[in-house]
Amino acid sequence: MSRRAREHKAWRFNVGAGVILLMLFAASGCRGSQNVLNPGGSQASHISNLWWFYFWITVSIYCLVLIFLISAIIRTTRKPFVPAGSREVLPTNSDEERRKTIFIGAAIGLSLATLFVLFLADLFTGRSLHSLRAADALTIKVTGHQWWWEAVYEDQVASNQVTTANEIHLPVGKPVQIKLASHDVIHSFWVPNLHGKKDLIPGHPTTLWIQADKAGVYRGQCAEFCGHQHAHMRLLVVAEDEEYFQQWLSRERSNAHIPETENQIHGEKVFLQTTCVMCHAIQGTVANGKVGPNLTHVANRRMLAAGRIPNARGYLAGWILDPQHLKPGVQMPQHNLSSDQLQALLDYLESLN
Amino acid sequence: MSALVLEQKELNEPLERVALERVWKRPPGFIGWITTTHHKDIAIRYIVTAFIFFALAGILAFFMRLQLSFPENNILGPDRYNQFFTVHGMTMMFLFAVPVMEALGLYFVPLMIGTRNVAFPRMNAFGYYTYLAGGILLYVGLFLNIGPDTGWFSYVPLSGPQFSPGKRVDFWAQMITLTEIAALVGAVEIIVTVFKMRAPGMSLNRLPIFVWAQLITAFMIIFAMPAIMLGSGMLAMDRLTHVSTHFFNPAEGGDALLYQHIFWFFGHPEVYIIFIPATGFVSTIIPVFARRKIFGYTALVLSLISIGFIGFGLWVHHMFATPVPELGQSFFTAASMMIAIPSGIQIFCWIATLWGGKPQMQLPLLFVLGFIALFVLGGLTGVILASVSLDLQVHDTFFVVAHFHYVLIGGAVFPLFAAIYYWFPKWTGRLLDKSLGLWHFWLFFIGFNLTFFPMHQLGLKGMPRRIYTYAYDSGWANLNLLATTGAAIMGISIVLFLINVWRSRHSGVNAGPNPWHSPTLEWATESPPPDYNFVYLPTVQSREPLWDEVSPPVVCGLSNRKRESLITTLMEAAPDHRYELPEDSIWPVILALVVGGGISWAIFDPWAVPISALLTFIVLCFWFWRGNEPASLTHHVQSSEDLQLLKSEANKI
Amino acid sequence: MKSGFGLLTASFLILISGCKREDRGFRVSAPAANAIQAISLDPIHPGGASTDELIKNDYEENAYALSEGKRLYSQMNCVGCHAHGGGGMGVPLMDDKWIYGSRPEQVFATIVEGRPNGMPSFRGKIPDYQVWALVAYVRSMSGLASQNAAPNRDDHMHLGPPESSREQQSPKDVPPTK
Repeated sequence: MSRRAREHKAWRFNVGAGVILLMLFAASGCRGSQNVLNPGGSQASHISNLWWFYFWITVSIYCLVLIFLISAIIRTTRKPFVPAGSREVLPTNSDEERRKTIFIGAAIGLSLATLFVLFLADLFTGRSLHSLRAADALTIKVTGHQWWWEAVYEDQVASNQVTTANEIHLPVGKPVQIKLASHDVIHSFWVPNLHGKKDLIPGHPTTLWIQADKAGVYRGQCAEFCGHQHAHMRLLVVAEDEEYFQQWLSRERSNAHIPETENQIHGEKVFLQTTCVMCHAIQGTVANGKVGPNLTHVANRRMLAAGRIPNARGYLAGWILDPQHLKPGVQMPQHNLSSDQLQALLDYLESLN
Repeated sequence: MSALVLEQKELNEPLERVALERVWKRPPGFIGWITTTHHKDIAIRYIVTAFIFFALAGILAFFMRLQLSFPENNILGPDRYNQFFTVHGMTMMFLFAVPVMEALGLYFVPLMIGTRNVAFPRMNAFGYYTYLAGGILLYVGLFLNIGPDTGWFSYVPLSGPQFSPGKRVDFWAQMITLTEIAALVGAVEIIVTVFKMRAPGMSLNRLPIFVWAQLITAFMIIFAMPAIMLGSGMLAMDRLTHVSTHFFNPAEGGDALLYQHIFWFFGHPEVYIIFIPATGFVSTIIPVFARRKIFGYTALVLSLISIGFIGFGLWVHHMFATPVPELGQSFFTAASMMIAIPSGIQIFCWIATLWGGKPQMQLPLLFVLGFIALFVLGGLTGVILASVSLDLQVHDTFFVVAHFHYVLIGGAVFPLFAAIYYWFPKWTGRLLDKSLGLWHFWLFFIGFNLTFFPMHQLGLKGMPRRIYTYAYDSGWANLNLLATTGAAIMGISIVLFLINVWRSRHSGVNAGPNPWHSPTLEWATESPPPDYNFVYLPTVQSREPLWDEVSPPVVCGLSNRKRESLITTLMEAAPDHRYELPEDSIWPVILALVVGGGISWAIFDPWAVPISALLTFIVLCFWFWRGNEPASLTHHVQSSEDLQLLKSEANKI
Repeated sequence: MKSGFGLLTASFLILISGCKREDRGFRVSAPAANAIQAISLDPIHPGGASTDELIKNDYEENAYALSEGKRLYSQMNCVGCHAHGGGGMGVPLMDDKWIYGSRPEQVFATIVEGRPNGMPSFRGKIPDYQVWALVAYVRSMSGLASQNAAPNRDDHMHLGPPESSREQQSPKDVPPTK
């Protein structure tokens, strides 16, 4: 086989392999939490439908262009081979040039029409996204901190307000208004299964409407570079049926569990008399720190440290003793606790459900 | 002007050549090296320096990929990783992509339009040294742990004085100032040279598309660079001791979003500044290897001009996730999609050229084919990103990383490699080795796709950008490992390329003056071209001068006792007057030292600004001192004295 | 390469000191943590001159530590009594008058031990290395820290010149007023 023909064959092989890879990738990527193409709510559904519409159109355009490109190379192999370094310059046939011009003109017209269709599709999707509203919807104020999420469930009655961190619960099937603000630098609230992202910019408070249609635990992550621990600023959104949600909400509204065992009492003392009380709040005790996450019902959360570690005793111990090992640069300092103090504190924190 | 045009057989070329060699010779040794004002010397320096930065940025990227190969990896901690991705971005955008594109222009524009040097040779040299100073500033910072670490875009408030303590972000701001001065210098050179110094007969509609691309890029640079200088200057002033402005402080009436607008008003045209010269390379290479003239010259030029304009109307598509009004966002969606049309016209014209030609599968064409395959893919993911709703999901994820690497590597680096394989024989007189080149191409193509194609998937699976690691339960580990493997393959291919360049410089196959039988004027002189470019400046009568049946007359009568070139009119390129080019000079280096040193010192002390301004004024006085100035700036050849002089000089030959 | 080399040398000399300034020490052992016992409030000792070795607080030249100190100053509610240096219930901290000593180890002792007339003791409430960061920041409020490392303006309302712009005030020991 001549060298040139070999090169053409390799070229075609590569394109074929590329197409197969493309299909494999497409197939493997539709499952899972934090996945754009696995919508759990209406907003993400609209976007996911738009994605597939765009995807098939752009893939077709790409295949068309490749076909024409490869044809342009291959079809000339039927003509006599021109050796490298040939001085021969082909003359141009004005009829053929005119035909090509008309063809390209048509292609441009088709491209323009396609782009217009894509633009309209985006416009209509945008309208659907913005039409999600409800009169007295649940409102959650999310404030981004370096590097955790503060969530306040707003309520007309002040004592019904709930302050929690890094884990948000929503009732299924109802629109929820998320008010977004930042405490320090730009963050971005993003739960792919539910909606696109929105930036939290200091000085520019904004709003996002979401609705979860399927019960489940959805993972989100900060999507705007915000410093050392941007990589570890995750959040969980738990969508549950209305009655479970109300149970959760009333639990969160209540004061913290009063310690019963001796260890738990000792643990509460450790909490209130060492560094913890300077930054954290536990509703029902004197601890009212606003610097770090609210810990009133921390034992109920699935994860700790903004999704860095699961909520389990060993992880919690490691986090308390040396947060800098798990999240270097985080604002929580290292601690020097004796093992008695640590065990008591863990017992106390585990009782806060 | 017929007095200037003589029959070729009446000329004594060897004598003329000897005289020109004497006039254009550089002083020997280091002094000659440092004081040169020859555009080809400066351009080669830009290219070599840019490739060194390319290699450095590639090494940084490889470390980033190593760190991301496995979940919760600990090769690079967060601080180091942040510095690495920031410096990688800055190097690729400011120290490699724009300078290398401009450098190819600075080398070939004077040759392609048939003149001897750029319009302002000393300023050209100053531009290079300023660029070098900026690059050194950045890497000294990186090696001393003062590398900027807030991203190449450096958003406030993270990069502001409160959240970025120390001097790291100030290194970012001042490095940008230095490299943008160099970029503006290059842009001015290209515009003035193209408008005023073309060969007689090269009217604007006969300009090679390469030159059109460089011209349009130069205009874009002039309109876009001031925005980033403003933005980085405002950030620097916010951060500077004793200055402490509040441009981006919301509590005192400033606005963090303002920074994004200013930055992206520069940032979006920047990527077209990188891409448009690459289209110029492609439009040059395809006709040569299809053995026919380019299809749709007018359409291609108009497409380039419209990309230049529309490119300034797209910037908010980087900000769709911010609270900018939704109606405004739709406008930018429409504009971002609209720019696909002129890009599409170019692709169709190139395919049409190949369709009617007899493609010769040489390496430059292979890289161009790779470019088309990869750039169209990147452009289509760009159309996806233009949609606000889709962008809200994939913005700031690895989907965007995949997109811009497809358009930047596919759309700019592939044509750049094509250009190097194409023009290497012009620079060195030798061809690059073909089989090493094939290994380079295929490894680079395969490695690139393995690295960046999975990133589309990663973005859709929720992986954000600029994270130094990720959790075990994210499900991203396999694709990341695949991407790292691809990166290793890319690295190997670049090493092969560098070996090829190194070896072929001295032992490659000899090429003549025009090994590819190309139509453009740079191939009408020796390889490598002499310092004066052409013994006699050419005239042109068509778009493909070297493919004409009859070679047109040449210009003679320019002095061979001083460095002289010819100024022609803007539209028709009729000869207008002679222009004396300055001698080699030390002042560009000294000015670059003052400017570079002053701007670097300003990081630590605001007094550096007035002091270095004063020193700049002093140096410029020396630079422009009477006696250094070329004598005959507006010396029209219409006077009868001149005509006598010309005739007598012609007779001497 | 002349401009390159010249710039390199000049930068190198300035920037050698930059390494320390730009360090982000996330996991640190506190400077001189064990020397706490050796701190005495009063420099006068019976039998002659003080043999106290001055403790050098490296944090005063580290930009990250100074910014951490500034963050802690607000978060640990020092502003409640001392405002942003102007004082209120507590004494001003941006002037040159120091009641209980201005040396780093003395300021450290002030924070950790507490002082009569209202300064609480933060022993056990703030880890030692964070106290040292606060010490460095407090001293920077009167211009005693390195100018290149001291914090610049905050993203808040303008409360006074940034610490890096403050003139250095030579400390004067004064007795307590009440």
